[in-house]
This record gives sequence, C-alpha cells and structure tokens, in this order.
Amino acid sequence: MTTDIERVTGTALDRVEGRDKVTGLARYAYEYPADDIAYVVPVPAAIARGTITGIDPGDALAVPGVLTVLSFRNAPPLAGNDPELRIFSSDRVSYRGQMVAAVVADTLEAAAEAARLVHVGYDAEPHDVLLRPDHPEAYVPEKVNPSFPAVSEQGDVEAALGDAAVTVDTTYTTPAYHNNAMEPHATLAVWSGDRLTAYDSNQGSSTARDMLAAAFGLEPGQVRVVSPHVGGGFGSKGTPRPQIVLAALAARAVGRPAKVALTRQHMFAVTGYRTPSIQRVRLGADASGRMTALAHEVEEQTSTLKEFAEQTAVPSRMMYAAPNRLTTHRVVALDVATPSWMRAPGECPGMYALESAMDELAVACGLDPIELRVRNEPEEDPESGLPWSSRNVVACLREGAAWFGWAGRDPAPGVRRDGRWLVGTGVAASTYPARRRPSEATARATADGRFTVRIAAADIGTGSRTALTQIAADALGVPPERVDVRIGDSALPTASLAGGSMGTASWGSAVAMACVRLRERLDGAGGEVPEDGIEARYDTADDIKADAAYARHAFGAQFAEVRVDPGTGEIRVPRLLGVFAAGRIINAKTARSQFIGGMTMGLAMALLEESVPDAEFGGFLNHDLAQYHVPANADVANIDARWIEEDDPHLNPMGSKGIGEIGIVGTAAAIGNAVHHATGVRFRDLPIRPDRVLDRAPQIGGRNL
Amino acid sequence: MDVPSKGTAGGAQRTAARPPARTDVTVSVNGAVERIKVDNRASLLDVLRERLGLTGAKKGCDHGQCGACTVLLDGRRVNACLILAVTVDQAEVVTVEGLTDGTRLHPLQAAFIERDAFQCGYCTPGQLCSAVGMLAEAAKGRASAVTADLADDAPVLDEAEIRERMSGNLCRCGAYPNIVAAIGEVAG
Amino acid sequence: MRPFTFVRAIDADQAVAGYAREPEWAMYLGGGTNLVDLMRLGVAEPGLLIDVTRLPYDRVEEAPGGGLRIGAAVRNSDLAADPAVRRDYPVLAAALLAGASGQLRNQATVGGNLLQRTRCGYFQDVTKPCNKRRSGSGCPAVEGDHRNLAILGHSEHCVATHPSDMAVALTALGATVHVRGRAGERIVPMPGLHRLPGDEPDRDTVLDPGDLITAVELPPLELAARSRYRKVRERASFAFALVSVAAALDAEDGAVRDCRIALGGVAHVPWRAEAAEEELRGGPATDDAFRAAADAELAAARPLRDNGYKVPLARELIVRTLAELRDGTGADASGGTP
Repeated sequence: MTTDIERVTGTALDRVEGRDKVTGLARYAYEYPADDIAYVVPVPAAIARGTITGIDPGDALAVPGVLTVLSFRNAPPLAGNDPELRIFSSDRVSYRGQMVAAVVADTLEAAAEAARLVHVGYDAEPHDVLLRPDHPEAYVPEKVNPSFPAVSEQGDVEAALGDAAVTVDTTYTTPAYHNNAMEPHATLAVWSGDRLTAYDSNQGSSTARDMLAAAFGLEPGQVRVVSPHVGGGFGSKGTPRPQIVLAALAARAVGRPAKVALTRQHMFAVTGYRTPSIQRVRLGADASGRMTALAHEVEEQTSTLKEFAEQTAVPSRMMYAAPNRLTTHRVVALDVATPSWMRAPGECPGMYALESAMDELAVACGLDPIELRVRNEPEEDPESGLPWSSRNVVACLREGAAWFGWAGRDPAPGVRRDGRWLVGTGVAASTYPARRRPSEATARATADGRFTVRIAAADIGTGSRTALTQIAADALGVPPERVDVRIGDSALPTASLAGGSMGTASWGSAVAMACVRLRERLDGAGGEVPEDGIEARYDTADDIKADAAYARHAFGAQFAEVRVDPGTGEIRVPRLLGVFAAGRIINAKTARSQFIGGMTMGLAMALLEESVPDAEFGGFLNHDLAQYHVPANADVANIDARWIEEDDPHLNPMGSKGIGEIGIVGTAAAIGNAVHHATGVRFRDLPIRPDRVLDRAPQIGGRNL
Repeated sequence: MDVPSKGTAGGAQRTAARPPARTDVTVSVNGAVERIKVDNRASLLDVLRERLGLTGAKKGCDHGQCGACTVLLDGRRVNACLILAVTVDQAEVVTVEGLTDGTRLHPLQAAFIERDAFQCGYCTPGQLCSAVGMLAEAAKGRASAVTADLADDAPVLDEAEIRERMSGNLCRCGAYPNIVAAIGEVAG
Repeated sequence: MRPFTFVRAIDADQAVAGYAREPEWAMYLGGGTNLVDLMRLGVAEPGLLIDVTRLPYDRVEEAPGGGLRIGAAVRNSDLAADPAVRRDYPVLAAALLAGASGQLRNQATVGGNLLQRTRCGYFQDVTKPCNKRRSGSGCPAVEGDHRNLAILGHSEHCVATHPSDMAVALTALGATVHVRGRAGERIVPMPGLHRLPGDEPDRDTVLDPGDLITAVELPPLELAARSRYRKVRERASFAFALVSVAAALDAEDGAVRDCRIALGGVAHVPWRAEAAEEELRGGPATDDAFRAAADAELAAARPLRDNGYKVPLARELIVRTLAELRDGTGADASGGTP
C-alpha cells in the first residue's frame, strides 16, 4: 500500500480541468459537434393519470424542418427494467409531464414550435398526487433503498417510552426537493450501423452504457457513453433519465445524430426528486438524558410505475445508543413521477427529523444539545453490533463548539435581540455511510516519462478527476503534473457511478492499486519504460468482497447562527460551520468546496427549497428557477467547513471516506434548531418560509410591533 | 422599417405552416465580425452555441432565471437566452471564450481556479462574464440593493456588495463563498 | 415559439403604424426579458414583433415643468444609476435595484417593466386554465396555489399580482405615463395605468392595442428626496416580492405634512395606499398613527386561504418604513444580510 511517500494527497491541488472550465472549452454533453444534428423536443403529458386516446401529429409534421414525431404509435419497443426509461411503450399516462411524444427537426426552433402542435387526446382518470398523514394507501415496502429492511425493532419501544422520565413525540415534514443541477439532462446520440455513441450528462458512463445496451437489445460493447464533463447531478443523473433513451431513439428514427436537452420545466417532471416525508420521532430518556427509546416512523411517496422507497429512518438505526428502538417506513404509490436519488438520500431527510428531535429532547432534559449527544454515543453500531471503523462525532461536536464559540451559550430561547433581528444558534450532528464498490482501472507508463490512468469514473463537479490525479501521483511516486487521468467514458475500464459518496473511494482504490502494480512492473523492468509503454490493470472486486466487517460511516457536526425578523418573517444565516470526520481528506481545496456546497444545499433545504405538488392538475407547480428557490449568492454569508483528520485503516488504500453528501446532512436541523433558539417557536415543517414565521408570529416572544 | 403588407405577418402563419422568417445579422463576437442569417426566433444564446460553435455560454434555464448564459453585449452583462439574435445587429458580443488574452487568462479566470470558485463548471462562464460586467458597473459608481447610501457614487465592493451583485448567477454546487473571494481578490 | 416577422422601428409613428397593420398579431419588443420568456412558454405568440428599443427614448432629462422625464427605452440599470433619480427619487432607484438581477436590469426597459405580466404559475403554464391567458377558462389559483398572490382588489376571476418593483415606486410618486396611440399622444396617470382584474383579467392595463409607451414623467416632488423601498422576498436576492412598500414622508415637528405610500405584491396593480395617506396627512407622525394608517388601508384586504400572512406583513412594512423615514434610520434598503 501507498503510505510512505511524500504525498500530494491532502494538499490543495487546483482542479486539473480548471483551465478548461474557466475558458469555456470544457465540453458538456449537448456541446459535442457532429454532422447534421437533428434536434429533439419531447412532449410532456398534460394529465396526471389516464390513457392517451389519440395523437395527431399533423400540425407538427407540417412545420417546415420537422422530420418525425415519435410516440407509442410508432416508436419501437424498448427493453430494460426501468419503466421510467421505456418511453413511448404504451398509451398509459402515469404522471403529469411524462414523455408522451417527441418531435425531431432540423432546428431547435422548429422542434420546439412543433412540440406544442402535437395534439394529444386523453381519457383522464381521477388522480392523487398528495402525500398526507396516514394516507389510506400507505403500505410497508419489502425493503428500503438500497436493500435495508423497511422495519427494524429492538426491545420494547412502547414500554420504554411509557417508563421514560422525559419524552419527546413530534412530527416533522419535509417537502419534495429537486436536484436542479445547473446543466439540464442532455444527450447527443450518434449511431454508426448498430453501434451507438451517446454524449451524455450522467454520473456514471458504465452504468449509462449498460442501461442503453439493455434498452436497445445491444451488447454493452456496441454502446459507448462519453461524459467527461457533467454540470452537476446531486443524484439526479445517477439513474439514467429518459433523455438518453429519447436521443438514441430519435437518432435511429431519422438516421442522423440527434440531441436533446430537457427544459428546466420538464426536468421537474422526468429527472427525479427527493420524496416528501412525514416523520414521527419519539424519544424517551432518563432524567440524565440517556435515551431508553428511539422510534422513527416515516411515511413517504413512490409512484405507480415502480417502487422507490427512501431509507429515511435508517440513520436512526445507528446514530445513538438506545436499548429500545423502532424504525418503520411506509410508502404511498401516487400518480407522480418516481422519486429518485438526491444528495444523501435517507440520511438527509432522516437526520433532519432525528436531529431536530434531539434538540427538543435536550430542551426537555435541560441539557446542552452537545452534551445530550455525547451521553448517547454508542460504543458499537447499535443494530449490527459491529465495531466502528472510526467514529469521531464527539470530536466534531467538541472541536466545532470551540471554533464556533458555543461555550457559554444561553439556552433560553427567544431572548436575544439585535435591532429587528432575533438571534439564535443551533447544532446538529451529521453522518453518512462510507462504502465502496468494485471498479477497474489501468495505469500506463510511457517512454516520455508520463503516466496515464484510465477509469470510467465521473467528475460531476466533485473534483474526482483531481483527487484521482493525486492518488495516482502518490501511488506512483511522481508529481501530479506527470499524471493524466482519463475519466468519463464507458470505453475506459468499468467503474461504479458517482453516488452514495462512494466515487473517490471506489475509483481511488482501483487507481491506487493499478498504480502500485505498475510500479511493481516498472521495478521489475529495472525502471526502464519500454518503447511502447507498460501498463497494469486492477479490479477491486475481490478486495471489496474481502473487506472486514466494520460499521463504516463519516460523521460531522453542524453549527448555525440565524437571525429571524419576526415582523417580516425573514430569516438570515450569518454563520454556518461544518466540522467533519471523513477519514483522510484527499484534496483540501476541493473537499472544502464539497462540504460547503452540501451545507449550502442544506441551508436552502431549511429555508428556501420545496417542490409544490399541483393537487388539481398533477405534477409540480413551481417548475422553474424563478419559483423554485435554489439559494442565490446573497443567501450565503459566512460559511465554513473544517475537518478532523482520521487515520482509519479499515476503509481503502487512501483511508478516505466519501464527502459529497455528508455536508447536507444535519444542516437543516442545525438551522431549524437555531430558529427555535432565536424565536422560542419550533417550526417542524420545512422550509421555514416567511409566511410560516408570520403565521406564528404571535407566539414569538419579543415582537416589537 | 420594412413593414409587411397587411395580413401576412401573423394570420397566414397560423393557418398554413411556412418557412420561418429569417434575417441577416452582422455581429461582432469576441472581436470577429460574423454575418449570419438567423431564424427570427433564435436566441443569441442558441446562435452562439449552435451556429457559431461558441459553447462557453451555457443554457441552464432558458428564461433568465439562472445566469448561466451571461455574456457581455456592448460591454454590459446580459442574459443571452432572453435576447433574440435578430436584435443584436451591429452589436458587440463577448463570451467567456473572449475573456482570454491569447493564452493568458483573465485575472478573474485565474482567481476562479486559485480560489476553487466552481465545481461542475457549468455556471462558471456566466459567473465570469457577469463578474466582468459587474466590476465595470461598480467602477462607474453604480449602487446595488445593499448599498447603504444610494447617493454614494463610489460604493465599496465588500462581500455583501459582491454577493448581491452576483445574485443573478445561480451556482447549484454552492461555490458562492469562493466566487466572492475570487472576485474580491481581483476587485482589490 | 411561432414564427414571426421582425421589424425594427426608428420612430414612434412608424412603430404605431406598423402595429396598426397587424393589430391581431403585432407586439412591441422592448428589452424582451419578459416577452421573450413568455414567447418561449407559448403564452405570447406574436406574428409581428416590432423592436422599439432603438427609438429615441433612451434619455433621462429634466421635464419642462420640473421633475424628470424618463424615456421608455431607458434600461432599468441606467435609470437606477441616474444621479437625479438617486438624489431626488431614491425610492425609484431602490425599487429598480431590488428587482430581478444585474443582467436583467441591464436589458429591461422602463416601458417593458411597466407592461410585464404576472408571474402566477398558472398564467405561465399554457397547459392549465387561466382567465388572464384565455378568458373564461377559469382561475385555478383561487382554490389552488395562491400563497404569493393578491389580497387586495382581486376578483373571483383572477387573483394575480403585478410583479414589478419599479411600478410600485412610480405609483407612489404619482408618475405619468406618456402614450402614443393611433389617436396621438395621451397621458395616463399612475395609479391608473394598471387595472384591477374584475371580469376582464386578460387586460392588465388601460392601454389599447397598439399604444406605445414613450416616456414616464416624474412630477417635481420635494418629499420624494426622503423616500425608500422595502421588499420582502423568500430569497435574499433575485426573487419577486411577497410584499413590498414604496414610501415617501414629509414630517415636521412630529406631524405628517405629506406622504406617499404604495404596495407591491398585494394586488393586480401596484397598489397606491390612498386610505393610509389620507389617514396620515396632517396627523401625528407616531408609530400609533402609522399603525392606524396601515390598518385603514388593509381593512379592505380579503386574503385568500393561504396568503393571510401578507396582511400583517404589509402592515409591518408600512409602519417600519414610515418610522425609518421619520427617524432617518435603518437605511438597510434590502433588508439584506446582516
């Protein structure tokens, strides 16, 4: 293993593709050149549930430049096991915005015009798109994502709650959230005979290739997916989305390269979203704050097309010690698009509820919220009994408290005023699993003294290309300038996708070991690189199978200061500090950006973002960036991320834990807890909008007008 | 102004499809004069990206809600997605590709790399063009919504000012603090 | 977008005459920051687009009787930066700077800003009913999503709000709008340009088809030198108002000599708070009097199921803004980041 050399790992290397990105030369999917490209614009369903009774493409076809109109009437059947991707396969409409047709034309202008002229007749059926408490159709799924049991029980929660000296019984709700990567989902598809190349915006080119091959009945070797630069994903480009299939269908139909970029509005329908959730949390503790019972019961939604059951209560299975424990998930299949992955699925919404409830318990116990968490620190994973590979949540809380200036905090809520602002502070813990998946990589030395590393990894903005360059440089014992990392292409050695904060751990393992092998070969060759180069390959599948049994998680602590104007309902977050323990940090610069980016999304989760379902017509109402408020620059003030170096030998060759998701975990709870500290009012429904503050303003102490 | 004869402009097109109206436009893009015939409906953004091969300016929303398409039009930052290409006849457009002086990066480009002011990079060209335009506005003494005294014709570009003035450029990766730092460094 | 003919007008007569030849399909194009957006959504479908940005209306100059004459083609950012506006009508500069983004303000014109359409989500989605878009099709917002919509002056047919910040300031200042129509020039006062929805919500303003706004004139108004704009929105920047207030106050020796108040985000029009002004004039400049004035104005409010919060919010903004003007404090125009 590679632990002994002067390391670039851990340093703040600039992004290796930085120059391409600031000069506009970095190409994203829609931007690849090809001869005679046709433009594709999909037609979204205008009902939430029902049957298509007719598709009249006449007016659309009459638009000059229109080549064809695709729909279930003429599109070839697609294979594959994801009903969201088998577009145009039937006359059924399962949610508003589902693709029911598409126009292919010579120009974007013609395709967009004609798409509105495709007349689709519907036989609409009554629909239900609203998740609500105790929905009559709620059921317990067989498992929650990715493969956890839906229900877990230890001890006797009801009895323990009955006996507890202090209890908290609260319900929190989170709305639907959309990933809203800046780059819309886009694909340029080029057929050459029965071979297909897709320039596509995704989080894993190997995964996208396998899906495309399955959809079109091809061998994986007949398909190539190229995605060197991806304009963000946050989960929404992990599972391939319908635009990649549509582009390929269209290109084959017209015998030309064809490309599609979803409109921002249409992204709200067909690119996935985080399910809304209704979460009841019950905590019981003895007089000293030691928890005796923890119950976390979740209701959330899925679609009629397929089951997607977010693992929202799963973090409550491992976060704190409590001898009696119950976690449950129920889902409701609504007439909606299937929910999908969004940054820290499970942990993000689940820890919002758990960490808010912990704050309520601290108040009920009269304990400092940090101290409460320290008292409930589990020595081993409470559910599995496995030892922690490393667990430094207490260190994060303690160090963070020192950096943030937590000491001496007056716990009394609603008493600090600075002009028109009520001021408060809050804290919450974070966690996210540290996993890795099998991947392959090659490392090659060439006679010019350079090294090329190949792996079908993805850099969706995470900095993975840069991190892998550092990992390879260290493993090879050369400066990073001599290493070229090639990623984002399914023609490269197969890799897992960028998701679950597993990317760098998975790919880095393969890259590090391929480089170690290459070094051994080079040593074997006496250090001389032959004329035609020398290469080594490594597949981590066996290593990962042999990984020892540990509970592997990253941890963190989030601290927020908020200001609430009870007269206007405005909330500002002047300070946000995240402290994380995530193994070894590979790149100090890009890691900080990842943490801060996650925290920023968490800030917005608390205060700004929500996708509002349209009960009457289906779909989401606020389907653009003027109505769905991702944070603007002015929303983010003093935000900082720090970390505690961990030396965890049970992870991977780098000793790293993933960092892409933990930043969003706990942020919303810290902010909500700070809002309570500021106002004395507990807001349990996100986001904490001005109107919600104003509606409860009479309960807020110290209101001056 | 060449006014069409009665009845040809609208009604006819709605009953029978006909080729879209196209117009000759002469526009300077990054210093090069382009003469092109554009579909009247085409945005400046689509003409840059699909016709001129300048894919630096990005399409994030196509409705002026994200700023990824920001370019400089006659020296002012604008959203290229909301500007019909047919209206920019005789104008000067600078895109992110035009910020570089030969191989030398614009100071903002260098600062963005140094400060890690981007992650996925998709909003970055718009952020950079916006920052160039914003600094020019500030240099002219223009106020912002957070300028305490609107009569002050020399507002200081502190962090709050930069944040407010750059709020027309959304960054979903959350690189805002680094964007502010990079711009602040160049603003001096 | 449907195909359209594009022409560029060089003077107003030509523009108006061009429009008259295609009254069914013609539209004037200003900065396009809303019109192009609506064309792409299919909400606006002009067959003839007449670019009026190069008409000679791009100057801000002193009006003959004092006051300022602002050309309709002046860009929002240039108007906000105008030294006379900043000095004599700060409420207008502040309102402009509170709107949209730097990029949009550089492009948007004064005329276009006045004529921008509501951002009600149903209006912007052509696959849903909307009386403003298609008369008689219904208003789903009445029972549906109306959290950000009107509390004053709405009808059963439409509960939309006017989105402009600038227009709220102009309404408070009593600006006049100069219009060139087929019958020549006329002057429309503000308030008075925009209309309440009633049973014709498809009509935003009193203008006739083909009317071209050529200028906006601000009257000489000494108290406007003490004026400000305060806007509350969900995001700290780059978002439409939940509620905003434009106010000017002339108070001396604890008494209100004169005042101007208008509200944004509460109605189909920028809402001049005449009842509040009436209540205040000649009375004491006290917080109690400000509260009473706000209550007098908001007595007419008829909030919908989910937007009752706008009533206390409007009240609070009126009271605070007047108090700040009286005291010369709280220059925090944005309500911004501490």
